Amino acid sequence: MKIVIEFYASLMKYLPPGGRRFRRDIKVDEGLKLKQLIEQYNISDEEAHIVLVNGHFVALESREDHVLVEDDVVSIWPPVAGG
Amino acid sequence: MSWTRKLLRVDLSKGTCTSEALNMDWAKDYLGQRGLASKYLSEEVDPKCDPLGAENKLIMATGPLTGTMASTAGRYSVITKGPLTGAIACSNSGGYFGAELKFAGWDMVIFEGKSDKPVYLVIQNDKAELCDGSHIWGKSAWETDDILHATYQDPQMRIACIGRTAEAGCLYAAVINDKHRAAGRSGVGTVMASKNLKAVAVRGTQGIGNIDNVDAFFESTDAGKAVLAENAVTGQGLPAFGTQVLMNVINGVGGLPAHNMRDVGFAGAENISAEAMAEPRTSDGKPNLTTNGACFGCTIACGRISTVDKTHFSVKDKPQYHGASGGLEYEAAWALGADTGVDDLDALTYVNFLCNEDGFDPISYGSTLAAAMEMFEDGVITTKDTGGIELKFGSAEAFVAATELLVTGEGFGKDLGLGSKRLCEKYGRPELSMSVKGQEFPAYDPRGIQGIGLNYATSNRGACHLRGYTVASEVLGIPVKTEQTDTDGKPELVKAFQDATALVDSAGLCIFTTFAWGMDNIAPQIDAACEGDWSVDNCLEAGERIWNMERLFNQAAGFTADDDKLPKRLLEEAIKSGPTEGQVNRLGEMLPKYYEIRGWSPEGEPTAETRQRLSL
Repeated sequence: MKIVIEFYASLMKYLPPGGRRFRRDIKVDEGLKLKQLIEQYNISDEEAHIVLVNGHFVALESREDHVLVEDDVVSIWPPVAGG
Repeated sequence: MSWTRKLLRVDLSKGTCTSEALNMDWAKDYLGQRGLASKYLSEEVDPKCDPLGAENKLIMATGPLTGTMASTAGRYSVITKGPLTGAIACSNSGGYFGAELKFAGWDMVIFEGKSDKPVYLVIQNDKAELCDGSHIWGKSAWETDDILHATYQDPQMRIACIGRTAEAGCLYAAVINDKHRAAGRSGVGTVMASKNLKAVAVRGTQGIGNIDNVDAFFESTDAGKAVLAENAVTGQGLPAFGTQVLMNVINGVGGLPAHNMRDVGFAGAENISAEAMAEPRTSDGKPNLTTNGACFGCTIACGRISTVDKTHFSVKDKPQYHGASGGLEYEAAWALGADTGVDDLDALTYVNFLCNEDGFDPISYGSTLAAAMEMFEDGVITTKDTGGIELKFGSAEAFVAATELLVTGEGFGKDLGLGSKRLCEKYGRPELSMSVKGQEFPAYDPRGIQGIGLNYATSNRGACHLRGYTVASEVLGIPVKTEQTDTDGKPELVKAFQDATALVDSAGLCIFTTFAWGMDNIAPQIDAACEGDWSVDNCLEAGERIWNMERLFNQAAGFTADDDKLPKRLLEEAIKSGPTEGQVNRLGEMLPKYYEIRGWSPEGEPTAETRQRLSL
């Protein structure tokens, strides 16, 4: 199935080639869990500080059970702040 | 010294400069900078006074840590009664001016009265003198800085001044120091202009001494720096990406207002984000972002130094803007960009240069322009009013043209200088002003992020994220994540952020340290530098005292609980799409509890018991 990954700021280095800026369309297996996706790109728990699926925050402890579905948008940031 | 124990009182009506002992009894309760200067203002100024009248005072104040070895300790604040709001105003700035004022031997400068002609103040250590400023009146802040540096031939001289926008009466004009740093909000620059005070030039060579406990100070400041360096936000994220890293985050979580807060979510956000600033452009292969920069003593270095594409329409015939200068920060990029619907990074960067060059607040300006754009699209404002500008959302050309009018207050620029509250009232659409107490919102929508709405509503200087940055917890998970659309626990969160911020703003430190530091990192640095007991508990109590003192000033100025409110749009018009679809701000669920935990009456007034507890 197709999903969209968005790796921002310093995590852009983990993006596969192709696509634009921080966004890539990728194919994954049905039933893939969020934690598995993050591990596939070798992003550590410390780096995956803000993780959104379709704009909704998913806490570290919930990622193992979170099953991704077709057209999900997964957005990941390291610890960031500003203001 | 932590405190120099000395203030400079400048009577602009009489043309005198007088040295005066700092009130150390007050310093032990209010620390310095925001707290201590607000105490002076509260004691010396009638809260009901005309902010632009001679009876108002303007104070430039440092904190006890300003100029010391503590990281980020270069801050100073400008405190006055603000013309945009009529409330107490305190605008904080970095750069190098604050530390230099301390090196010259002064904790603060109090300006009172009004000069009958343009003047500027020169401080060279103990010597202070008012000089004729007629040759710099009418000049931009950048020109003023250059002229004074040429006059005194001292590159180490630090200058804080106003530009033409303040002279033109814009109600949200800033005080600019070191060309690129600003005491930006609430119109403190407008007050400076009303006194015919163009600039303050300072040079100090007395250094810093008299730290209360030198060994403990070095130990605590070294430890603090290690924490900042090791923290992912302050050690890596902020120096590399700056505050602009938030553009995609806040848009992603459904918290980015757009089009005068008519919408939440901006399709062009990524084009004006930190990631976009780092991309090579087609014309010359260089990115918008040139490098990062730091203020005095800062080990974070979050500042952005940028260039505009020389082929861009805004600057192609203006070579004076082809060099690198202060670049976009998040709040400015949001107000100038998402709120006006403009996603042209070069246009935003150019206008941000103008904000620095002539001194005006990009947040209030962007929001005011956005309100004007909405009224233009509704047919309330026409090209007759704008002098022919098609003031449509998303038009970079209209955005640039309108800004150039604002700078000198020409034509429609005079209207834009009123701020959104007065502008919307003038055109009969007061409900379109996105403001609290007359000051415009920063870059977080209170419908999608509940706690920041309570903070905006209760902020003592009108809508402001820097009075209690609950976004850190509600979105960014610092220090712990709370649910952004919940109201439970938010009154407590807001109070904690507001009180801690008041203390940090009174110390001489930058609030960005608190992304890594807790009060247990901050209090030991203050305690080592200053006499007295500055334990964590006492620091937090001082913060609470300062917050309540500001509240009492506003109360005496005529503000009531009725002013602790949000625009109807944010309470009744639900977010139309995205992850926060359907949300409105639920202020009514939070405000009574907030009053209760603050020890205020249901009418929002600090009770006698609270005032006694805080020695107010």
